[in-house]
Amino acid sequence: MPDLGLEVLFKGKNLARLLGGLWTALRISLLSVAISLPLGVLLGVLMTRNNRFVKALLQFYLNFIRIMPQMVLLFIVYFGSTRAFGWDISGEAASVIVFTLWGTAEMSDLVRGALISIPRHQYESAEALGMSKSQTSLYIIIPQAVRRLIPLSINLVTRMIKTTSLILMIGVVEVLKVSQQIIEANRMSSPNAAFGVYLSVFLLYFFACWPISLLAGRLEKKWS
Amino acid sequence: MDEVILSVKNLVKRFDDNTILNGISFDVRRGEVIVVLGPSGCGKSTLLRCLNALEPIQGGEIFLNGQAVDSAAKDLTGLRQQIGMVFQSYELFPHMSVLNNILIAPVQVQKRQREEVRAEALQLLERVGLREKQNSFPRELSGGQKQRVAIVRALCMHPEVLLLDEITAALDPEMVREVLDVVLNLAREGKTMLIVTHELSFARAIADRVLFIDGGKIVEQGKPADFFDHPQTERAKQFLRTFEYESVK
Ligand SMILES: Nc1ncnc2c1ncn2[C@@H]1O[C@H](COP(=O)(O)OP(=O)(O)OP(=O)(O)O)[C@@H](O)[C@H]1O
Ligand SMILES: [Mg+2]
Repeated sequence: MPDLGLEVLFKGKNLARLLGGLWTALRISLLSVAISLPLGVLLGVLMTRNNRFVKALLQFYLNFIRIMPQMVLLFIVYFGSTRAFGWDISGEAASVIVFTLWGTAEMSDLVRGALISIPRHQYESAEALGMSKSQTSLYIIIPQAVRRLIPLSINLVTRMIKTTSLILMIGVVEVLKVSQQIIEANRMSSPNAAFGVYLSVFLLYFFACWPISLLAGRLEKKWS
Repeated sequence: MDEVILSVKNLVKRFDDNTILNGISFDVRRGEVIVVLGPSGCGKSTLLRCLNALEPIQGGEIFLNGQAVDSAAKDLTGLRQQIGMVFQSYELFPHMSVLNNILIAPVQVQKRQREEVRAEALQLLERVGLREKQNSFPRELSGGQKQRVAIVRALCMHPEVLLLDEITAALDPEMVREVLDVVLNLAREGKTMLIVTHELSFARAIADRVLFIDGGKIVEQGKPADFFDHPQTERAKQFLRTFEYESVK
């Protein structure tokens, strides 16, 4: 049997360190999601209003965030802004800021899409039944928009978790960074550690995201 | 049956510079069934939409039981509860069961007791042959079934007038009958209705009065037998001819 370098995992606290790294990544994603969701809903609703100026501004924000590679955003916030403004933020805080900017932009687009995908006739048949604007939103439009939105926003969460692998570039010790450290430290004693360690990283990401994707798929089927 | 429920006076409707309805006047009396006919694009749907203020109007007046109907009316939702509307494309709420589609407005808008409305809804569903579908979702129903639910949904609000806009136009031919039978029964019970349809034999059977609209005006109106057998105007004759086929042999 080839040496897969799995034994490194059981040396000292390596496995616990890997899990700790994963937790850092998850913590950053979940915190960013928690902030992005309400902000994204707010901006998404604003985008469907008929204010040209607000629309143009939000469109610019969305495109700007989409065009920028996340890595560049991380560098701007972590290295650029600390130099320029002389403040001191941790890598983790910088990551939360960038992921929130990104999550809010993507979420607002999902919300806008969900809202405009509801046919005009749904509003009209609610109004024809005598519903007020707020009753129409509450009973007819929002429940339908939310059903379309939930699977999509869950996918956004998994994308976010995956993208956290970038934050090692600004010195946050997340799961990939821990892996590199373990591999470095065991270069002599187990030269094949890379395979074992990265395999476990693969599995960790898989088991963090898979249940979430599964849930999204379920909900999508249930509500289609 | 002489009490006027709905009164339309000199109605003008424009989309930008495009005048669609140009001085339409008519009265609807309690228990009357009026069929609105006219070539495609003449403004039949627009007329019905004006009647429950889904479209703002540019001139004239509409009164329902003496109350002015327009999109700025202060009790617009109250007015709309008295006017039931059924659309060509059913427009059931896809996230609600059949029963909830029917109950939502009476319970939330009219604040009636859920149990009382439920009993009424089930009775109406029974009558249109759909009681066993009460817990189904719209996506599980055929077009004809959806349209019957939409009619029950409108009826459960106890409207004074029912507006039906080509409610069979999107249906497969074999489902048209089941829906039209429901409407015929409503007519027998004395429901006041304004019906837009392309089913001429149905129109003839159900109408107390036919309104023929063309070029933004009521060109001709009268009893169905007169209108269909002895149309007075060239435009009405031409319209009726488009439904006839010459033999090809
Ligand atoms: N929202 C709108 N904006 C601009 N024009 C409109 C709008 N709605 C309808 N129209 C125009 O008004 C005219 C009348 O439309 P309407 O739908 O009332 O006709 P209709 O008699 O119901 O026709 P059909 O028999 O095909 O259903 C058409 O020329 C249509 O293009
Ligand atoms: Mg029409």
